[in-house]
Amino acid sequence: MIQYILRRLLQVIPVFLGTTLLVYFMVFALPGDPIRALFGDRPPSESVIAALRQQYNLDQPFWVQYGLFLKNLFTFNLGVDFTGQPIAATLGRIFPVTAMLAAEALAIQAVFGVAFGLIAGLRKGKLFDSTVLVASLVVIAVPTFVLGFVLQLVVGVQLGWAKPTVGSTADWGTLILPATVLGLVSFAYVLRLTRASVIENMNADYVRTATAKGLSRPRVVLAHILRNSMIPVVTYLGANLGGLMGGAIVTEGIFNVPGVGQKLYQAVIRSEGPTVVAIVSVLVLVFVAANLLVDLLYAWLDPRIRYEK
Amino acid sequence: MKSNRQIEHYVAPIEETPLLATDTLKVDAAPLSLWADAWRKLRRRPLFIISALMIFLLLVVAFFPGLFTQTAPDDNCQLGDSLAGPSAGHPLGFTFQGCDIYSRVIHGTQASLTVGVVSVIFVLIIGVTLGALAGFFGGWVDTVIARIGDIFFALPLVLGALVVTQLPFFRENKSVFTVVMVIVMLGWPQMARITRGAVIEVRNADFVTAARSLGVSKIGTLVRHVVPNALAPIIVLATMELGVFIVTEATLSFLGIGLPGSIMSWGNDISAAKDTLRTNPEVLMFPATALSITVLSFIMLGDALRDALDPKSRKR
Amino acid sequence: MTTSNITIDEAGTEERPLLEIRDLAISFQTASGEFQAVKNAHLTIMPGETVAIVGESGSGKSTTALAAIGLLPANGRVSGGQILLDGEDISHAPERRMIELRGNTVGMVPQDPMSNLNPVWKIGYQVRETLRANGKPHAPADVARVLGEAGLPDSARRAKQYPHEFSGGMRQRALIAIGLSCQPRLLIADEPTSALDVTVQRQILDHLETMTAELGTAVLLITHDLGLAAERADKVVVMYRGNVVEAGPSLELLRNPQHPYTQRLVASAPSLASRRIQAAKAEGIQTEELLAPTEAVVEKALPEDVLKVESLSKVFKLRSGVGRSTDFTAVDNVSFNVKRGTTTAIVGESGSGKSTVAQMVLNLLPPTSGRIVFDGVDTSTLNSREIFKFRRRVQPIFQDPYGSLDPMYNIFRTIEEPLRTHKIGDKVSREKKVRELLDQVALPQSTMQRYPNELSGGQRQRVAIARALALDPEVIICDEAVSALDVLVQAQVLNLLAELQSNLGLTYLFITHDLAVVRQIADHVCVMQKGKLVETGSTDNVFDSPQQEYTKALLNAIPGASLMLPPVVA
Repeated sequence: MIQYILRRLLQVIPVFLGTTLLVYFMVFALPGDPIRALFGDRPPSESVIAALRQQYNLDQPFWVQYGLFLKNLFTFNLGVDFTGQPIAATLGRIFPVTAMLAAEALAIQAVFGVAFGLIAGLRKGKLFDSTVLVASLVVIAVPTFVLGFVLQLVVGVQLGWAKPTVGSTADWGTLILPATVLGLVSFAYVLRLTRASVIENMNADYVRTATAKGLSRPRVVLAHILRNSMIPVVTYLGANLGGLMGGAIVTEGIFNVPGVGQKLYQAVIRSEGPTVVAIVSVLVLVFVAANLLVDLLYAWLDPRIRYEK
Repeated sequence: MKSNRQIEHYVAPIEETPLLATDTLKVDAAPLSLWADAWRKLRRRPLFIISALMIFLLLVVAFFPGLFTQTAPDDNCQLGDSLAGPSAGHPLGFTFQGCDIYSRVIHGTQASLTVGVVSVIFVLIIGVTLGALAGFFGGWVDTVIARIGDIFFALPLVLGALVVTQLPFFRENKSVFTVVMVIVMLGWPQMARITRGAVIEVRNADFVTAARSLGVSKIGTLVRHVVPNALAPIIVLATMELGVFIVTEATLSFLGIGLPGSIMSWGNDISAAKDTLRTNPEVLMFPATALSITVLSFIMLGDALRDALDPKSRKR
Repeated sequence: MTTSNITIDEAGTEERPLLEIRDLAISFQTASGEFQAVKNAHLTIMPGETVAIVGESGSGKSTTALAAIGLLPANGRVSGGQILLDGEDISHAPERRMIELRGNTVGMVPQDPMSNLNPVWKIGYQVRETLRANGKPHAPADVARVLGEAGLPDSARRAKQYPHEFSGGMRQRALIAIGLSCQPRLLIADEPTSALDVTVQRQILDHLETMTAELGTAVLLITHDLGLAAERADKVVVMYRGNVVEAGPSLELLRNPQHPYTQRLVASAPSLASRRIQAAKAEGIQTEELLAPTEAVVEKALPEDVLKVESLSKVFKLRSGVGRSTDFTAVDNVSFNVKRGTTTAIVGESGSGKSTVAQMVLNLLPPTSGRIVFDGVDTSTLNSREIFKFRRRVQPIFQDPYGSLDPMYNIFRTIEEPLRTHKIGDKVSREKKVRELLDQVALPQSTMQRYPNELSGGQRQRVAIARALALDPEVIICDEAVSALDVLVQAQVLNLLAELQSNLGLTYLFITHDLAVVRQIADHVCVMQKGKLVETGSTDNVFDSPQQEYTKALLNAIPGASLMLPPVVA
């Protein structure tokens, strides 16, 4: 087990370095003045530019720049944004909101996806199964931002069941609508994946053996079919965290959630390149760390891989 | 422990259980290749028929928009028509800018499909080549390709696109080409992973070893035996990704970092219509519906193909 | 139907059958309509009795047994007849009743120990849930006792391990422990050892026999091996295409088979054939006479060594943790010679290194040390052009008839590929050659247009043989080439190989785990164990006077050792 964790850690480090290097290289290794180039035709005040120039050590050779950038990233010295506000402080304020949104979305897709997928798989070929299958395709096909507008309009405005926009009052209750939108697409994927793996496991030899032992149907379903079906589902949920972050940009924009996604979106609209790079780097860090956690969870779920060569 | 019970010796009447020759070849139907078999299954699936017809229709709309509307999408926009309802010759009404919605929806098809198709072609070329090489040769080739793939994979698509589109080159040259570049750059690792997995599964099959011991070269076996047998998951993923890439383009355009406003695109139109969502939701819903139906067609096709090409469903 | 329900035992008391299957019919709903898997099955098992069902794949033997524990697949149903368990018809019993019966009245030991234990639960948990579900005490001590009784050493510690930490034999012991943990009255054992190595097979079957005898459990044994069935069961039931064609006392069935199918099976079963040869030799009959029709005109005038393997070793580097690796010696200093026109068998269990030897002889894997000399030339010194030529002369046939043909190629392209690769002939002459090759392996020429998935396992193996023959090779390496085939098809393919050898003067290197097959076809035998060559000699010598303990164990493991068989088929 410790071997496995060590090996995963060793694999994660080059990925993280490579990804941040890629981001940094694209932005700062190009000819010309990267700071000015990043702002397009609406440059901020000279004092902000000066602060950024210092932040990114542009007078140093590239590798030193990158090293200092990494050091800054790990010490959360992320520089200032368009208005001269330190980005780290802003992130500290808005990150919990996005974390809450993502957690709620993750819970929605995991719980409902697994439940629906399990029922559909157990009733393969029946009406419930075929309905859910077609419905899930439709959910996958409708883009998040369209889904967001539709639910905002119907549930938020016309029915008035939930607040159409969140504003500064983000909590579990007000986030329910954006979290549903964010989780819905992956919900469909989780459902289909659970269904497929339930069907596969239902026909597995060990499930037949479990039945032959005299176990009751609920025990066979829970301890053998569902338990084993969780392995690919957890892998998917982990790999999909990145999609959740991308989705958060759109969702937070639509529902006016004061989170990282909205901040990022505003930075994009206002052509604040350095802010975008800083926030994306932090998100990549979070994404890589989250994936590592999922890998550990995966090892716990599937004892075989702890011993894999 | 053998008991002393009397056991009777039973023999079935031979006329009821006639003995057939061992292992006779009994095939009456026409020869059935994997593709023929898949096609036979596909053409009976409503999901496939509907999605194939839809995609055919979409292609016609994309290449010959003139067949469906005479109204040019962006000329003749009269601010006086702003948000006006349907009228003769303008079945879906007008946008905030006073442009004909029906015409814009028709003309938007081309950009979406172009981005989707071109991106998938490039993703296939890069992803399948690298994935097949990594899977087939293993060793350091695999390690290098896998690590590079991991680096791009760790950059979620929308996040990566945000960074790339901040670069001056992309900001100043917004076009179908830049959007395709962003999608291909961030989309190929997924294809490479699937290809690699499929190739590894086939690589150790006995028929590959047999071909090697017949004297077929390594590259020869890869091209003639391994890749053809690894195609099924690649085709399925490519079809699905076509849909996903169309959504990605629309999302990027919606965020203002995709296609420039001068190109007719559903993403841009949805973005423009969001401000009047509460008063005139239909202005947003028409391009959104067109987008969703397009994506749904490709996702459905991929789903049908997955079922038909599943090797587990093949009789042995 | 003349089956009587009541039998009188020696003491004169009436006894009711534990399981009685009457006129059972089972059908499956498939995409192409309803399919009758079992048409007319009937059998009777008395308490404590062992009954074996013998048949090929697709004969309906497993389906019949699964119906007796209510475990037909979802698309299968009992469409006629009765299954009486202790007098109660359970053929349409509700699931609730079946759950009551499973485990403590009817137990099961499945076929494949690799796939029948849930990989994510500890062994102990999988035993404990069985005990708990059937209302038995299920403390850790009980679990350890159950596992220990099944012959698992150090069972308290073993219970805390996962299935992947167990060897195949240990897993099968765990499955036997589970099957017998609640003292069922009937145990259904579906090919319980066919996935295991031969020497382990015997131990497991012996243990199972002892345990069921102690508990007084009746056993329904499903097997494809008539020798094994006769050795282990009081009564054998032969099934063929969904019908019971013959049933009776084991020995009588072997000595005096009545139905033509049973006769064919008795004649072909390798374990029985090899026993017959042993029996005949004991009576002074020569091997050549026994094998007369198949091994007649082998050229023995040229005792030239076509292949010499000298001190061959192969060491693999295994990764063990981050940045470290350990050496694993798969083949350890192996030497043997193969004479032209003869058959040499390399016999060994899984992990013996026999297939690695084959790979090296085929020049697909470089040896770590030692030499392989083919026709006087060290094969490791060949350049790529010479290797290309070498490939024409040495060809393989593999085990898995489903894996050895490219599913995308039709049969013509498959057999033509070697000709095209070596640029032999033009389109017309190549097609003529393919037709000839199909004739040689006794497949109709119309097979050319077919795809592998349309052929049976035996037919695919014939195609693989035709492909191997296309380049007129001198040596053919058969890597478990008949192991995956049904008994009768196996006998057919072996005959074909022998015929081709005598017509074409081929040399075979035959890699197998099955000593019974070796007896029938090989001139020389090399026995391998854990990478080492432990014994080598002529087939007669090795079988008649094995020198090594390991060889003796392998020979003893051929089922039917205790059977007294007449030397010639009735």
